[in-house]
Amino acid sequence: MSPELNLSDEERIAIADRLGQILGHVIHERSEDKRLKDKQPDDQRIVITGVGLTAPNGNNLAEYRAALLAGKSGVTKYEIRYVGETLAGVCTFDALRYQSKKDLRRGTRAGSIGIYCANEAIRDAGLDWTAANKARVGIYLGVTEHGNVETENEIYLLKGYDYDTSYWSHHHNPRTVANNPAGEVALNAGITGPHYTIGAACAAGNAGLIQGAQMLRLGDCDLALAGGVSESIHTFGIFASFKSQGALAAHADPAKASRPFDKERNGIVVAEGGCVFVLQRLSDARARGAKIYGELAGYAINTDATDFVLPNPDRQAECVELALARAGLRPDEIDIVSTHATGTGQGDVQECAALRRVFAASPKTYFNNTKSFIGHAMGAAGALELAGNLPAFDDGVCHATINVDELDPECALTTLVTREPRHIGRVDTILNNSFGMLGINSVVIIKRV
Amino acid sequence: MTNAEIREEVLEILSDIAPDEDLSNLADETPFREQLELDSMDFLDIVMELRKRHRIQIPEEEYKELASMASTVAYLEPRMRELVRK
Repeated sequence: MSPELNLSDEERIAIADRLGQILGHVIHERSEDKRLKDKQPDDQRIVITGVGLTAPNGNNLAEYRAALLAGKSGVTKYEIRYVGETLAGVCTFDALRYQSKKDLRRGTRAGSIGIYCANEAIRDAGLDWTAANKARVGIYLGVTEHGNVETENEIYLLKGYDYDTSYWSHHHNPRTVANNPAGEVALNAGITGPHYTIGAACAAGNAGLIQGAQMLRLGDCDLALAGGVSESIHTFGIFASFKSQGALAAHADPAKASRPFDKERNGIVVAEGGCVFVLQRLSDARARGAKIYGELAGYAINTDATDFVLPNPDRQAECVELALARAGLRPDEIDIVSTHATGTGQGDVQECAALRRVFAASPKTYFNNTKSFIGHAMGAAGALELAGNLPAFDDGVCHATINVDELDPECALTTLVTREPRHIGRVDTILNNSFGMLGINSVVIIKRV
Repeated sequence: MTNAEIREEVLEILSDIAPDEDLSNLADETPFREQLELDSMDFLDIVMELRKRHRIQIPEEEYKELASMASTVAYLEPRMRELVRK
């Protein structure tokens, strides 16, 4: 039953007028997205004020950026049970910087990577952590998978006890719950706000960032630790499965194994790593005089709904277009596109098809690829690949895509930066692609504030 | 194993479980928890390690016997007497 309103005709007309104004405003906002975006209130604009990371070629942003500009790979020879000798991107961060030996024994590698990155990000952001209200901090970490490492280890050990499950570790459940990496960060840093992981295959790094921004906009937290982590090189299953798919890279020289867009590419190099951003509302960042890396101007996540593994360039292009529309930017206003390409035969071609469609009339948009240096850091890939490009706002350099000795014509993008980094002048916008299995696509756009 | 060897075995397990702790001044009669930062998961680790290393099954109602070094050695002595220390 609805209550009787008893409105006069005048009042009805006034309400109708008001509704018309609101509707008109919405339509106007959509058509004039860009102009109005700039007028978004500062407490709805989300900025990056800290970066903490570990990549196979650097354990902080400065080291990592220097390696990317110097063409330094982080891929090395690697051995793992059952698979034997293979290649991987291996991180060398000091795990004991923020954890005790006992913490390391109890937790997971993904948790440890998350803890290192989160602490480094907090430090980089210049936050007064002791005074911070930990109940208003949220942790949102993307993961491609979690738990495989521990389950494989337990089964391996159990074999030695004739599969008697009384030897199964009591640590298995807390190590393998899907929120483990984020929960370990919370335990380590005394954060009592929300924490969880976002399972989004290899789109997870972007997805973590997007989730953090959304929660800040909703007022669920005042500070977000958002990004992605990967411990995937410690599970033999991921190597074995890529090998069975015919998608595991092999090369006599480890540094040349990850070669997106090159004619001789033969698959993925699996990497571990992590990247956590400190995200804040622009108003909060300005109030504390924070260093601002850039603003999350737009983002999008969509789904192919066509295949478990094979990507769909049409949906990828739509995802990029949606992020651009939300940012109020035209394709030719993007300065750098950080591609997702992993070095597989078909995946790279599909992404290039999507990019050619969107950026056909963008002669000053430059493309690069970070996996050519570090391999595929899975759940961390999106966040790490974005982070390595952020310094371009300061130095105007688009880092290269290495290992493109002979460009695959099907991957030809006129402004693909290969071999050497390129000075491209003032950089105002960076678009970061990150796609994953089951057809998940994610795009984030960061712009200069 | 002698009582001294059993004590060494337990000490070795403790040093794995609590790698940040200094065990050189451990008082045998004082409960572990009053000297070391051990929680319930750590005690389960002690139980699990005894099971894995020496195939000793400790029923849950007897976990309390593992409160201190002295009570642990006394509890394990009849169960480990016949074992040879590797």
